[in-house]
Formats: sequence, C-alpha cells, structure tokens
Amino acid sequence: MTITPLRRPRAAPATPPRTRRHRAAPPWWFAAPALVLFAFVVLIPSARGVYYAFTDWDGLSPGFSFVGLGNFGDVFDDPDARAAIGHTVLIAVAVTVVQNGVGLLLALGVNSIIRSRNVLRVLFFAPAVVTPIVTAYLWRNLLGPEGAVNALLGPFGLDRNWLGDPDLALWSIVAVIVWQFAGYSMVIFVAGLQSIPREVTEAAAIDGAGPVRRFWYVTRPLLAPAITINLMLSIIGGIKLFDQVWALTGGGPGHATDTLSTLIYKDAFTLGEFGYSIALAVVLTIIVAVASAGQYAVLSRKEAGIS
Amino acid sequence: MNRYRKRTFALELAMIAAAVVIAFPVYVLVNLAVRAPSDTSSPLRPTTEPTLANFTDAWRDGALGGALGNSLLVTGVSVLLVLAVSALAAYPLARVRRTWSRGTFALIMLGLVLPFQLATLPLYQTMRDLGLLGQAWALILFYSGLQVPFTTFLYVGFIRGLPQDFEDAALIDGCGYWQAFRHVVFPMLKPITVTALVLNAVFVWNDFFTPLLYLSGSGQQTMPVAVAGFVGQYVSEWNLIFAALLISIVPILLVYFALQRSIINGFAGGLKG
Repeated sequence: MTITPLRRPRAAPATPPRTRRHRAAPPWWFAAPALVLFAFVVLIPSARGVYYAFTDWDGLSPGFSFVGLGNFGDVFDDPDARAAIGHTVLIAVAVTVVQNGVGLLLALGVNSIIRSRNVLRVLFFAPAVVTPIVTAYLWRNLLGPEGAVNALLGPFGLDRNWLGDPDLALWSIVAVIVWQFAGYSMVIFVAGLQSIPREVTEAAAIDGAGPVRRFWYVTRPLLAPAITINLMLSIIGGIKLFDQVWALTGGGPGHATDTLSTLIYKDAFTLGEFGYSIALAVVLTIIVAVASAGQYAVLSRKEAGIS
Repeated sequence: MNRYRKRTFALELAMIAAAVVIAFPVYVLVNLAVRAPSDTSSPLRPTTEPTLANFTDAWRDGALGGALGNSLLVTGVSVLLVLAVSALAAYPLARVRRTWSRGTFALIMLGLVLPFQLATLPLYQTMRDLGLLGQAWALILFYSGLQVPFTTFLYVGFIRGLPQDFEDAALIDGCGYWQAFRHVVFPMLKPITVTALVLNAVFVWNDFFTPLLYLSGSGQQTMPVAVAGFVGQYVSEWNLIFAALLISIVPILLVYFALQRSIINGFAGGLKG
C-alpha cells in the first residue's frame, strides 16, 4: 500500500497551523460495521442475558415466567455457588499477585545487560501464545500421580496428588496459569521499563541508592501505567477463567475447584437451568465490574499522585 | 553501572535457571511424544529409541488435518474482518471529539469488561434460530464481534498518537474521507495492525469454549476441540496425546517466532499510546 495522493506532504500550510480550522472529522458511519457486529455478538445478547436472569427459563421451552430476584436468592442459598464465587475470587487474586510478581522479576532480569536477554524474552513469552487447553492437558499429565513433577519431587518426599487433593487442586491451577502467563506480564513490564529514561536511574545510583531503593523510589512509580494494565488484565482474566479449569480438573475433585465459569456451563448445558445459570453470569459481571472499577480508582489515584 | 560484572553473571545464571524451569514441561512433552507406548520408564528419562509413529497415528486418528483447515479458515477470516471494521471505526472515534464519538467509544469499551458468559447463552439461542450452529460462519461472526472492543482500543490509541497533517493535506487535495482512510491513514497503522493481527489470531486460534459450544457434533471442529476430543478418546495413551498436543501447537508457535519482534514492540507502542 502506498501514499498515492500526496506529492508534497510537508508543504507549509497557508495559515499557521494553530489558527487553521481544517481538522479532519471523518464521518460517523465508518464506525457502523464494527458497531453492528459488536451489538449483535456482545451488547444485545448481554442485555438479553440480564433479562433472562430474572426468569426461570430452561433454555428450550417456549414459555417461562418471571421469578424476580429468585435466581439471585438461590445463588446465595446454594453452597456450590457460594464456593464457586469464593474459588473465583481466590484464583483471581492469587493469579494476579503471583503472575505479576514473577512477571516483574523476569522483566527486571531481561531488561538488564545479561547476554541472553533477547533469547530469554522470546522464550518466557512463548507459553502465553500456546493454546491454554493444550497446556492444561500437558499439565494434567505433569501433575498426575505418575507425572513428571512427582518424578522430580519424589526423591525429596514432596510428591503429592496435585490435582486430586481438594486442598491442593486450586493452587495447582494457579501455578499452571502463572507458568503460562508470567511472560505476558513480563512483556508489558519490559515495555514500561524501557520508557523510563536511563539517566533517571543512573542519577539515583550516583546519589548512592542501592538496587532495592532505586527500584522502589524511582522505577516503581514510573512503572505505574504498566502496573495498572497488568493488574487489570490479570484480575479480569482470572475471574473469567474457564478452559484451564475445565481441562485440568473439570471443577473437581467434588466441587473443590469449580469457578463461576465452570458452574455456569454445567448449570446451563447439563442441568438445563438456564435462568439460574445466567443469574450466576450476572453475579460474575458484577464482580468483574466492581474489581476493575475499584482497581482503576485506586491505581489512577496513585498514578496521579506521582506525576 | 553498564559494565558486565560478577553480579551480572550471577543474574544471568539465575535467569537461565528460570528459563530451564519454564521450559521443563516442553522437554517432557517432546520426550513422551517420541516414545513408544511400551516404554513406561520415568518421564524424566530421555527416550532411548525415539519414534515418529505417534505423530502419524495422532494425525490420522484425531482427524487433525480437517481441524487444522477449519482453524485456519476461521482464524483467517475472523481476523481480517475484525481488523478491517475496527480500523475503520477507530478513525472517527479517535479524531472526532464530539458527544456521539465519545459515547460510541465508551459503549464499545464496555465490551472489554463484560464477561462473555453473560452473552454466551442468549447468543447461542440466536445462532440456533438463524440455523448457524455447526457452521464456521457462526464462529467467524462471533469472533469478529467479540474482538471489536480490544482491536478498536488498540487502533484508537495508536491513531491519537499520529500527526493529522497527512490526512489534512490529502483532504485539502480533494480526497474523500474514504480515500484518505485507505491511502493515508491505514498504511500508517501498519505497526499496530501487525500487533492486533497476531494477538487476535492467537486468541481465535486458541479459543476452546466457543467452538465446543457451536460446533459440537458437526464434524467441523477446530484444533482445540479436536485435541480435547482426542484426549477424551485416548484417555491414558499419553504418548499419542502428547503427539497430538505438539502437532496442534506448531502452527501458532511458528507464527509467534516469525513475528515475535513486532508483538513485543507492539506492546511497547500500545503502552505509550
């Protein structure tokens, strides 16, 4: 593609640019195709979802009736649903903390002057592009009773039933997610680190600040935009998690690792409780909205306080 | 502080150790995929007599060829469609500072937060009523709409960072907005287009839940669904399963290694925009 109609793109404007009023204002209908697709796939079905959450529809019958807040009452009376909400929040928080912690350490490492930094950067990010369902199956074997992790840890007496033990299974899922997406956080942190001028950290070093103080008082505040994006992405990703839980444990053992996503799927497609399952989805939406709004408020205040 | 010292060397060793830990599962994956089913020794031990038979068996029994074709079709068409509509939409949304523009942008950005579980079931009904279940078109339509918010977000951020002089000049020279978009704006978007292309392709290629829902029982599976079906069928034959897993990740890894530089740079660009 070439820039055909322009012969003299840098030609001086007839009037100084400040007073000129020829600013481009492309027409609204350019946005129409995207808006139609978005409305068809996301907006309208989501609105209908909220509507069905107040009904007892089973997803098939022609008739259904309104049950008001009944489904939501059921959600909080249902121990499985309460447990799933707990697991969802726990996974989201744990993944956010650990994934970003590891991602930041990796980023500081590959942003230093070590010789292998370019190769390592490519390698650390690679798991993030691989199909999650595939890595989940791989880890199901690795974490199995006869798997490679136990073969490695067995000699030290640390072999466990990682996915079969209700107390461990949730943490095993967190570990798999961190393994897959720490590189994703790393790349965003590296991008943030590279936007920090070298002179700033050098000046702090000359003033006698050690690496820890340099990081805390100089790098961390300047890294705020990357931190915000990373936290938002991982907390939303953690709350919506489905594929990995489905492939690793299917929500089991028992209901020990059921999240809102897996429960929604089970209720809708194996139990036919469509209205109830959508009520769960609405609860999920509220959790996502509150988490992201709260996080955004806290982080943007911090960002503003710094600059 | 920019010299390579002992401490840098220690850091280098620590980072390489981290790389070994992260790559460990890949070693086991390859190691077991080339192992004969009769070999039941520890998964850590390097396979003594490697064989490629697992790959041919998995390819044939898992109908992976057909799934590969479907995945390529769905990913290719969805990504082209979403890039086209999002870039076009981002142009007025980034340039026009009027109420309708801000409102539309905010509405589309709402899509970044809404969990897809909310829309999944009603959309499933709609697709069923339109007779689209079991067809690749259902998925193409779904991904194109679903990825509009993220892609538009990337484009809007990028366009706002671009100088307006070139489009203004083109418009003064008598171009319409459509021509200005096609010949001036869109070519300048190339860096972010590459980033958006890769991130969308990775997302669409990897998605499991939607094709599981829309294509189940149609024989028109995508790669992740075919792999999941394969795992279910060959429950404990991990050598075969691992071969299938490896086959299924090769295409996406090839794309990644070919384009990794632009992906990583794209993140940096997105952060500044």
